[in-house]
Amino acid sequence: MANFYNDNPDLKHHLQHPLMQKIVELKERNFADAETYDYAPLNFEDAMDSYDKVLEVVGEICGGKIAENAEGVDHQGPRVENGRVIYADGTQENLELCRKAGLMGMAMPRRLGGLNFPITPYIMAADIVSRADTGFENLWGLQDCAETIYEFADEDQKQRFIPRVCKGETMSMDLTEPDAGSDLQSVMLKATEQPDGTWRLNGVKRFITNGDSDIHLVLARSEDGTKDGRGLSMFIYDKRDGGVTVRRIENKMGIKGSPTCELVYKNAKAELCGSRRMGLIKYVMALMNGARLGIAAQSVGVSERAYREALAYAKDRKQFGKAIIEFPAVYEMLAVMKAKLDASRALLYETSRFVDIYKIYEDIAKERSLTPDERKEMKAYTKLADACTPLVKGMGSEYCNQNAYDCIQIHGGSGFMKDYACERVYRDARITSIYEGTTQLQVVAAIRHVTTGTYLNMIRDYEAQEIKDSLKPLRDNLIALTEKYEKAVAAVMEVKDTTYTDFMARRMVEMAGNIIMAYLLILDANRNDAFTASAEVYNKIAQTEVAKHADFIANFTPAQVEMYKA
Amino acid sequence: MSLNIIVLAKQVPDTRNVGKDAMKEDGTINRAALPAIFNPEDLNALEQALRLKDANPGSTVTLLTMGLPRASEIIREAMYRGADAGIVLTDRVLGGADTLATSYSLAQAVKKFGNYDIILGGRQAIDGDTAQVGPQIAEKLGIPQVTYAEEILDLSNGHVTVKRRLENGVETVKAPLPCVVTVNGSAAECRPRNAMRLQKYKYAASTSEKEKLSDELKSLLEKRPYLNIAEWSAAYVDADPQQIGLPGSPTKVKAIENVVFTAKESRCIDNDDAQIEDLVKELIANHTIG
Repeated sequence: MANFYNDNPDLKHHLQHPLMQKIVELKERNFADAETYDYAPLNFEDAMDSYDKVLEVVGEICGGKIAENAEGVDHQGPRVENGRVIYADGTQENLELCRKAGLMGMAMPRRLGGLNFPITPYIMAADIVSRADTGFENLWGLQDCAETIYEFADEDQKQRFIPRVCKGETMSMDLTEPDAGSDLQSVMLKATEQPDGTWRLNGVKRFITNGDSDIHLVLARSEDGTKDGRGLSMFIYDKRDGGVTVRRIENKMGIKGSPTCELVYKNAKAELCGSRRMGLIKYVMALMNGARLGIAAQSVGVSERAYREALAYAKDRKQFGKAIIEFPAVYEMLAVMKAKLDASRALLYETSRFVDIYKIYEDIAKERSLTPDERKEMKAYTKLADACTPLVKGMGSEYCNQNAYDCIQIHGGSGFMKDYACERVYRDARITSIYEGTTQLQVVAAIRHVTTGTYLNMIRDYEAQEIKDSLKPLRDNLIALTEKYEKAVAAVMEVKDTTYTDFMARRMVEMAGNIIMAYLLILDANRNDAFTASAEVYNKIAQTEVAKHADFIANFTPAQVEMYKA
Repeated sequence: MSLNIIVLAKQVPDTRNVGKDAMKEDGTINRAALPAIFNPEDLNALEQALRLKDANPGSTVTLLTMGLPRASEIIREAMYRGADAGIVLTDRVLGGADTLATSYSLAQAVKKFGNYDIILGGRQAIDGDTAQVGPQIAEKLGIPQVTYAEEILDLSNGHVTVKRRLENGVETVKAPLPCVVTVNGSAAECRPRNAMRLQKYKYAASTSEKEKLSDELKSLLEKRPYLNIAEWSAAYVDADPQQIGLPGSPTKVKAIENVVFTAKESRCIDNDDAQIEDLVKELIANHTIG
């Protein structure tokens, strides 16, 4: 049986990034937990060894049972009986395995029953789980929601709910409603305060992933008469209290094992999480950022799966007397798939490291006041994480769709049949560029980092790093591309029209993304020769993409936007 | 009721993926070419033991293995999955043992261990496939044995009730404790390694491994007694030198041959349900499948 961690040395490469030392030392506060907890690390090497060993368990379970169950789960799917969701048999088995392996609440602190893993190895687990069963990654990955409770709920709530998640109870985030999808300000679910301080929820939620979970985070309107985001608060609903039923589950194109529910709240008892009115503007924003990183990991897992399925088939399938991988048209596709996979994975872990550092500082700030240097560093990393999260979610999910498409293409007619895993991969991939904010909305979040120069500063930092001589021509190429990017951005900004900026936003964001990912691959290749081919191939992709967008912008006049209007 | 449970386990070469170089020219196993693994049915036995532990809080599961010093690897593996402690019975004079000598040696170790309620083990090891060691240990200890166990249905009032998987069905039997239960591969799969336990027990080391550790880890093992894996010698378990190792093994291997099955005749059947069904029945009857 395959081990999805051990069979993929790229993961170890990313886990062993030099910045991990800083992350682990901050996260473990000088390894103080070792005195209290028999499973806490003694030092940096010990911690890294533990991540490695636990990921090996993740890889074993994923390469074994979870991957094996994926097809059955896709066919059987969950169902609703008496207002409750019943998972597919394989899903139940997968969840039980993850619970027994202790893979729930991985990033939660030890005092609440977690493993206290940094985000980076946790995200790596998500990457691996998604390769095995993309839909299951959702159920497993919703342990993310515990992070929101940890960050914003009071101590009593943390003590009551987080250990339950660590023991394997599942979570959901109930945000979307029939009339509030991308526009969450329109959420109508009504929250009414009771004399005893608890709340009652009434209304309907739609498209809720794992909506019959044990512990729900619910966005609801606590301020009567308000209409915008400032009237919304975050609530915790405990299934044990009852009051929420599942009216139906959606019949979806992909990720079929993950139940997408319509929920009816009838006087459901709930408790406030954090402060009133902060639900959308603060908590959901934080929750979404975490969830977006999760979807980016899910996307990379899909890309990996698509690439491997395509590679195996291309080696095996013979036409005209030889394996099809020997034809330029096919090996080019595979090289491009691998380059996109490696590029998005490089950005995924770069982002997760940024998130790690600022979140750890935020957590430390609850224990003591940060030094001015630490505060400065936290701010810088927060900004980098903010800039990279929509970039990797947006581009990573688009790449996984492209890879899933090419995977089918390499399979030819067979890929169109239900006989191969690639058709499921293709269907599962499709949602990644839609949920937790469409690619278009990721661009909206990312564009200010084009206009304020965050991306350019990142690029300059990468440019300044020491690299091997053999990689310098690739860097020279990127220096030229950066010039094109700057010129294009300047041309758009010069018009001083927000509609025009919006119109060109995706192009500019993608140019920045191309250059950043190309740099990350150079740095990966600098540390590990295995990435040289992808660094070269992605450099070519970046070159053509940046040139294409630059050319479009250079040959466009603002008045031409009119032609595109419906 | 808390139980003292012993699980017998063996580290074996992974014969499920045998390649060309699996055997040396002299007919012995080329251990270098085959990874050493936890004997699969011993993992099924471990799971039954851990279920007993789950159902009876305060119970302990101790893994007992005989083999090379490196067999401590499977003890750590068992600890990651839920076992509390382990003993490696290892000694040069134990080498070359057949099932008679092995079961004698292990029975001596069990006697040394003393107070136990139940002994579980896999039905058989994939290297020898004899299925003799478990039953022989029961005989030597003078306690009952239940073989081919698929599930322990109940353990109470000094008795264990076991579902056995037999060739043509299942049988439920009850035996007084203490007894030996050997577990079939059709029993529940063993639970996975647990992330927390893995971190807790990863430095567990046997006496000989401990000597090679850094001072920091040596002192960790002193602070945390549960990290110490016992290593027992033949003398420690009061084994009679004539009954162990080669002297204690009447079985002598003369030669090992690599038998390649070849098809001698072929038969054609029509593609209809009746004929296919007849063939399937025939293949089940002569044990080709099933």
